[in-house]
Amino acid sequence: MPVEILMPALSPTMEEGKLSKWLKKEGDKVTSGDVLAEIETDKATMEVEAVDEGTLGKILVPEGTDNVKVNAVIAVLLGEGESADAVSAPKAANAEAPAEEAPKQEGEAEKPAASVPAAPKAEVAADPDIPEGTEMVSTTVREALRDAMAEEMRRDPNVFVMGEEVAEYQGAYKITQGLLDEFGPRRVVDTPITEHGFAGVGVGAAMTGLRPIVEFMTFNFAMQAIDQIINSAAKTLYMSGGQMGAPMVFRGPSGAAARVAAQHSQCYAAWYSHIPGLKVVMPYSAADAKGLLKAAIRDPNPVIFLENEILYGHSFDVPKLDDFVLPIGKARIHKKGKDVTLVSFGIGMNYTVKAEAELAKMGIDAEIIDLRTIRPMDIPTVIESVKKTGRCVTIEEGYPQSSVGTEIATRVMQQAFDYLDAPILTIAGKDVPMPYAANLEKLALPNVQEIIDAVKAVTYTA
Amino acid sequence: MATRAKKSPARSAQTSAIKAPKPIQFTKEQELEAYRHMLLIRRFEEKAGQLYGMGFIGGFCHLYIGQEAVVTGMQMSLKEGDQVITGYRDHGHMLACGMSPRGVMAELTGRRGGLSKGKGGSMHMFSKEKHFYGGHGIVGAQVSLGTGLAFANRYRDNGNVSLAYFGDGAANQGQVYESFNMASLWKLPVIYIIENNRYAMGTSVSRASAETDFSKRGISFNIPGIQVDGMDVRAVNAAGEEAAAWARSGKGPMILEMQTYRYRGHSMSDPAKYRSKDEVQKMRSDHDPIEQVKHRLIENGWSTEDDLKKIDKDVRDIVADAADFAQSDPEPDPSELYTDILL
Repeated sequence: MPVEILMPALSPTMEEGKLSKWLKKEGDKVTSGDVLAEIETDKATMEVEAVDEGTLGKILVPEGTDNVKVNAVIAVLLGEGESADAVSAPKAANAEAPAEEAPKQEGEAEKPAASVPAAPKAEVAADPDIPEGTEMVSTTVREALRDAMAEEMRRDPNVFVMGEEVAEYQGAYKITQGLLDEFGPRRVVDTPITEHGFAGVGVGAAMTGLRPIVEFMTFNFAMQAIDQIINSAAKTLYMSGGQMGAPMVFRGPSGAAARVAAQHSQCYAAWYSHIPGLKVVMPYSAADAKGLLKAAIRDPNPVIFLENEILYGHSFDVPKLDDFVLPIGKARIHKKGKDVTLVSFGIGMNYTVKAEAELAKMGIDAEIIDLRTIRPMDIPTVIESVKKTGRCVTIEEGYPQSSVGTEIATRVMQQAFDYLDAPILTIAGKDVPMPYAANLEKLALPNVQEIIDAVKAVTYTA
Repeated sequence: MATRAKKSPARSAQTSAIKAPKPIQFTKEQELEAYRHMLLIRRFEEKAGQLYGMGFIGGFCHLYIGQEAVVTGMQMSLKEGDQVITGYRDHGHMLACGMSPRGVMAELTGRRGGLSKGKGGSMHMFSKEKHFYGGHGIVGAQVSLGTGLAFANRYRDNGNVSLAYFGDGAANQGQVYESFNMASLWKLPVIYIIENNRYAMGTSVSRASAETDFSKRGISFNIPGIQVDGMDVRAVNAAGEEAAAWARSGKGPMILEMQTYRYRGHSMSDPAKYRSKDEVQKMRSDHDPIEQVKHRLIENGWSTEDDLKKIDKDVRDIVADAADFAQSDPEPDPSELYTDILL
C-alpha cells in the first residue's frame, strides 16, 4: 500500500509551516533517514526525513507552498511494484485535521474534557493508646531521635544512616551517638561534604528498596540537594506509574539556632510542604520525635523530617514501650481550651506554650494544636477546634509569605468561614534574612508577646 | 549506501589511563544479535519521530539515532541483575534492556498501556523487572542515582554492577564529580558511561569543556577511563566486558567515554544550525554502527541481503505493532491523576 507522507509538526506548538523545498523528485528512490524536503516555520528551517523506504510516487504539495497544515499529506511513497496512478488526490479531511485531533480515536475525541476528579481523602489513624501504668521516662529530643533510629535499624536490616559526621564523630549534633558502635560502618556511613551527591546516592539506594536515613547536618545544606529530594525522591513513584519510589527519610535540624545568621537560620516546613510526593514531619516533643521518626523510617514514601537544634536538648516524658510508633498526618491537641485555637509545630510550640500560660492568667482559655505533620496536613483537627472557639492564631518561625500559617488560614477560611468570629492571624518570623546581631535576631523571630497580642485582637479583649 | 567504516572517529589522542581494548571479533550470532537490536532502536526512533511529527507524541522527544552501538554493546556485556540508569535520551536504553516496544511507544503517546501508565512520558520510564531505573530529565541527576544503585549492590553484596549513562553535557555537572569521589572512595561497582555525541544540545564539546578527553575526567579520583569507538559495537562490548569485570571484582568504578554521534537534532524542534550537514552526512556514511555490522555479516558470508531483509521486516513489524498500539490504546483514566503520589 502506498505510504502517505504527512506534513510534520516540529514542536509541540507548530500548527502550520511553509514547504520551502523538495530535495527528492518524483521517481526517486528513498531510504529511511533520507532528507525529503525542507520546511520553514516562524522559528527555524527543518528537514523532513523519510521513515519508510520506497519510491517517491507523487508530490502533492509543491515547493514554495505557504501555510501547509500539520498532518496534511504532502507526498506519497510507493512500495515495490506500486504505481503512482493508484494515488488519488489527497483526502481533504485528512489534510485539514489539526494535530491536536490526530491522536483521539475510538470515540475518545467525542468525549468532553474530563472533569478533574476529586483528590482522595486519606484516613489517618489516631495515636495509639498508651497502657495505664506505662512508665514515662524523661528523655531529650536528641536521645529520642537516636533511640528511634537504633530501634528501627535493629528491626530492619535495610535501614541505614548516611551523612556528614554521622559515624566516627558520633553526629555533628550527637543525634547518631553510639550507632556506629552498634551497627558498624556498613550501616552508619560517613559521607564526604557533598550534599547533592550523597542525597542522590541515598535516593538511588532507596529506589532499589533499601531504606536510607539521610542526615543533613542542617537543612540549610540540603538546598544543595533539593533537586534530588524533589525531582528524584518525590516524583519517581508518580513518573514510574507506581513501579518504584524512594522509601527514605531526609532528616536534620531546620530553622534558626542561635546567632548563626542568615545562611544557617531558615525554616523549611513551608518549602517542602509544597511538594506532592513528600511527607513533611516537624515534631516538638521528644515522644513525638521518637514515635514519628520510627513511623517515617517505616513509611514507604520519602519523608522530610525537620528537627530543631534548640529543641535537641529539651527533655520531655517518653512512654517506655517496646515499639512506640505515631501516625504521620495526625495533629495532637497539646492543651484543650475553648476561647481561641493556637496552631503551631516544632520550635513554634515553644513560644505558644509560654504564651498560653500567660493567657491563662488573663482568663483566656486557649486550645493548642501541635500540627506535628505539615504534609499531609491534619486540617480536620484544626477545623473541629475552630468550630468550637471561632478564633485561630498560627505560630511558626518561618518566613511570613506562603507560610504554613497562611495555608492553614486559607483552608480554615474556605471550610469553616461561618464559624469564624475574627480574622485568622498568622505569627511568623519577620520577612528578612536572619541578622547576626543579638538584638536584631531577637526582633526577627516570633515572640510570646506577639502571640498574646494576636490572641487579644482576635478575642476582642483589649 | 553507506560505506564501510574505515577508521575510528576518535578526535583526540588516546591519553586515558587505560588503553582501549582491541575490538573483539564477534561470532555470527553476536553480529546478528547486535544487528537486530540496533536496527530495532533505529526503526523505533524513526517511527517515534514520525509520530511526533503527526502530533501523537507531545512535549520533548530526544532520539537516539546514530548512538545505537553504545547501549547495544554495553548490554551484551551485562549479567542478569545488573542495573541501568540514564538521562532523557532514553528510548534506546529501554529497548536494549528488553523493555516492551509497545510499552515504550505507548508511554510516548501518553496512553494507559505505557510503561508509566502515561504519566511519565519520553524522559521518565522505569522497569523494576528489567532493572531499568529511568529515564531522568534533570541533566546529571542519574549519575548520583546510579552511584546509589551501586551503593545498594555493595550493601547487599549481590555481585551486581550498575551502569550510569550520561552525556558530554552532563559530564560538566557538579554532582557527577561528587559521585565519582564517593564511588571511588567506597569502591562501588558502577560503570560511568559518557556518551560523547559531541554536542550538548547545540554546544559543541570544545565550546563547553576545558578537558575534552572525557576518559580523563576521573583522574583526580583515581578512576580509570577508556576512550572507546562508540560507533563500533564490538569495541563498545570489549570495553564493557573489561569495565564490568573491573567493577565486579571490587576495584570500584570505571569511566568509559563512548565517542559517538547523534544524527538527529537534540530534540525534535532543533534546527541544528550549530553543525554542518556534511559533518552529519560523513558520520552516517563512514561510521554508521548498523552498516558496519551489516557489512561484516555479508563480507563474512554469514548473511545474505535477503537474510537481512527478513530481519528488517521482522523489526519493522515489531515497530509497526508498537505504533499501532500506541495510537489505539486509550488515554489514562482520569482517576489516575491522583494515584501513585504516595504509597
